[in-house]
Amino acid sequence: MKTLRFLLEKEFRQLLRNRQLMRTLLLAPLIQLILLPTAADYSVKNIAIAVTDNDHSTTSRRLIEKIVSSGYFKLAAYTDAYPQALTMVEQDKADLALQIPAHFERDLVREDKKQLFVAINAIEGTKANLGGAYLRSIVVDFNDDIRVQFGAMTTTLQGGPAAATTEQTDPPQVSVASSNWYNPYLKFPLYMVPAILVTLVTAMVAMQSAFNIVQEKESGTIEQINVSPIRKHIFIIGKMIPFLVLGLVLFTMGLIVGRILYGVKPLGSLLTLYGSLIIYLFAMLGLGLLLATYSGTQQQAMSLSFFFINIFNMMSGVFTAVDSMPGWAQAIVSTFPPSHFIRIMRMVVLKGSGFGDIKYELAWMVGIGIVLNTWAVLNYRKTA
Amino acid sequence: MKQLFTFIRKEFLHVFRDRKTLLMLFGLPIAQIVLFGFALSNEIKDSRIALVDYSKDAVTTKLIGKIEASHYFDIRRSLASGDQLNAAFKRGDIKMAVIFPANFGDDLIHTGKATVQVIADASDPNQATTITNYFQSIVADYNAELAGDAQQPMQIMPEMQMLYNPELRGAPNFVPGVMALVLMLVCTMMTSVAIVREKELGTMEILLVSPFKPIYIIISKLAPNLLISIVNLFIILVLSDIFLDLPVRGSVLLLVFCSILFIMTSLSIGLLLSINAKTQQAAMMGSLMGMMLPTMLLTGFLFPIENMPLFLRVLANLVPSRWYFIIVKRVMLKGLGFADVWKETSILAGMCVLLFAISLRNFKIRLQ
Repeated sequence: MKTLRFLLEKEFRQLLRNRQLMRTLLLAPLIQLILLPTAADYSVKNIAIAVTDNDHSTTSRRLIEKIVSSGYFKLAAYTDAYPQALTMVEQDKADLALQIPAHFERDLVREDKKQLFVAINAIEGTKANLGGAYLRSIVVDFNDDIRVQFGAMTTTLQGGPAAATTEQTDPPQVSVASSNWYNPYLKFPLYMVPAILVTLVTAMVAMQSAFNIVQEKESGTIEQINVSPIRKHIFIIGKMIPFLVLGLVLFTMGLIVGRILYGVKPLGSLLTLYGSLIIYLFAMLGLGLLLATYSGTQQQAMSLSFFFINIFNMMSGVFTAVDSMPGWAQAIVSTFPPSHFIRIMRMVVLKGSGFGDIKYELAWMVGIGIVLNTWAVLNYRKTA
Repeated sequence: MKQLFTFIRKEFLHVFRDRKTLLMLFGLPIAQIVLFGFALSNEIKDSRIALVDYSKDAVTTKLIGKIEASHYFDIRRSLASGDQLNAAFKRGDIKMAVIFPANFGDDLIHTGKATVQVIADASDPNQATTITNYFQSIVADYNAELAGDAQQPMQIMPEMQMLYNPELRGAPNFVPGVMALVLMLVCTMMTSVAIVREKELGTMEILLVSPFKPIYIIISKLAPNLLISIVNLFIILVLSDIFLDLPVRGSVLLLVFCSILFIMTSLSIGLLLSINAKTQQAAMMGSLMGMMLPTMLLTGFLFPIENMPLFLRVLANLVPSRWYFIIVKRVMLKGLGFADVWKETSILAGMCVLLFAISLRNFKIRLQ
C-alpha cells in the first residue's frame, strides 16, 4: 500500500506540473461544452424554398403567403421558370423548389383537383423528410381553407341545398392529444449536453491514460519501474487512479456548467450518476491501458486511440439514434462502453431513472471493463 | 535539392517503418466509411411503443391493426393501466405510449369525435416529434377512411420528388462528412506530432545546426503525410463507389484537386500546432481534444449550420472541413463543375496559404 501511495504522489506531481497539458485537459473540454450544445440543433427551421408561380392567381399567391408565414420556410426566390428554381436547389441556395402550375386555380375549381410539384434536396435526409412533411401539412391546411371559402361562395350562390350537403359530409373524427414527457418544451440541449459531456470525458480519460504509459516507455523511465520491486498491478493501479480522479473532476465541472448554462438538472440521484461513472471510467481506463500495451510510441498510441474514439463518437448514439441502425451495427455498438454510459446519462439526467432501470447497461459496462482490464494486465509485460 | 530528397526519403522511411501507425492510418478510413456508410441513418423506424386500451372495441382494434401494420412502430407491450407507463419510460423500454380512453368507439359513433392520447418520451425531442407526426398521419388515414369514398372537392395533390437521394439513405450525407472529418483529423494529428517529436527526442537540435534550410525540414515532414492522405482519398472514393453506390458524378480531377488543397490546409494546421506545442502529448491533445468535436459539429454533416446561433456560424466559417464538405457534396453527389465551387475552393486556398505563412514565420530556428 505504501508503494502505491508513493506512486500516486509521483503521478499527481507529474500531471499537475505540466501546465500546458492541464490547461488543455480541463479547459478544452469545458469550452467545448459551453459552445457546442447550441450547435447540435436538429429542429428544422428556415428551410429555403424557391417558388415558381406559373398561375399568378389569388389562390396561388395566398398559398405562397401561407407557406412563408408558417415560420418553417423562408422564401429564397420567386421565379417564373421552374428550371431556375431547380438550379437554385442544385447550388444549395434553396433546399426545396415548389412549382404552382399554370391554371392551378381554374383547374381546382373546374376539375376539383390539381397537382403541385415539389422537388426536395434529399442529401440531408432529416431535413428533406421534415421539410416535405411541413409543406404537406401546410398544403392540407390551405386545402381546408379554400374549401371553406369556395364552399361558402357556392352556398350563397345556390342557397339551401349546398348547406345541407356540408351537414351530411361531416364525418366522425378521431383526434390526437399528444403530450411530451421529460422534456415538454422539446429543448435539444437537454438531450445533447449529457452526451457531449460523456464524449469529452471519454476522449480525455481513455487517451490520456494510454499516452501516459507510453510516454514512460518512450522516454525509457518504464525500465526503471520494471527493474524495481513494484508489482505489476500496483503500477497499473497507480497509473489509473490519477485519471479516474481527473475524470471525476471534469465530469463534475461539466455537470455544473450544464446546470448553469443549459439548465440541465439531473432528475435522478447523484449516487446513481457517479456510481455509473466510476464503472464507466474503469472500463475506459482498461481500454487506455490495453492500447498502451500494444503501442511502442506515443504516435502509435495516438493513432489507436483516435481510431476508437472517433468510432465511439459517431456510433454511440450521440448524434444519430442507435435504434435506427441495422441489427449487426447495433450488436457492434453494444460492445462500446460509451453507448451504454450515454444511455445511462440521458436516462438518469432527464428521466430520473434509478439503479434498477439501468442494471442492463451497468452489467454490460462491468463485463466489458473486466474483459478489457484482464486483457490489458495479461498483455502487459514487465520485461520490455 | 538533393539534400531535400534525401530528407524526404528519410521521413518516408520513418513513416513506413512504423507498421502499427501505418495500419491505423489506412484502416481508419476504410473502417469508418464502411461502418458509417452502412450503419448511420437519421431515419426513425420501428419505434417501441406501449398500448393502453381501456375501450377494447371494434374501432380501437382497427386502429391498433393500422399501427401494427406500419413499419414506424413496434408494439412492445399492451399495458393494463397507465401506472406502469412511467416505469417503462424510465427503463427506456418504450419511446411512446398510446392510450385509448374507455368508450372510445361509442364516443366516436355517437358524438362524432373521440380523442386518443399520445405520450412521447421527449428526452430526445427530434424522435418524439417525428414519431408523434407518424402517429398523427396514421390517424389521419383512418379519418379519411371514415369519411368514406365521398370524393373531397378541390383536392390539391402535392407531388414530392426527392432529388439526389430518393431513398433518403444516410450514406450520401455521411460519406462526404466522414471524408472531411477523417482527412482533416488524420492530417492534423500526424503533422502535429512530427516536429514536436524531433524536439522531444532532441534530434531537432542536430537538424537546426546542420546547413539544412528550415523550410526543407517542414517540406520533408509534410511530404509523407500528404502522400498517405492522397492514397486514403482514393481508397475512400473507390470504397464508396463499390460498397455504397456513391460514384463521383462530377469531374474526378476537380475533386482530387480540391481534396489536395484541403489536405494541405489540414497539414498546415497540424504544422502550426506542432510549432507551438512543447511536448508530443500537448500537440496530440490539442489536435484531438481541440479539434475532433468542433470538426464533427461544425462541418455541417450532423447538424445544419444555418440553424446555429450567430457566433457558431461565424466560427464554422473558420473550419476548413466545412468548405470541403460543400465541395464534395456538389462535385461528388450532384455532379457540378468548377463554376459552382470556385468560391469554396478559393476560401480553402486562402486558408492554406495563410496558415502555411503563419507557420513558417513562427518556426523557430533556435531551441531556446
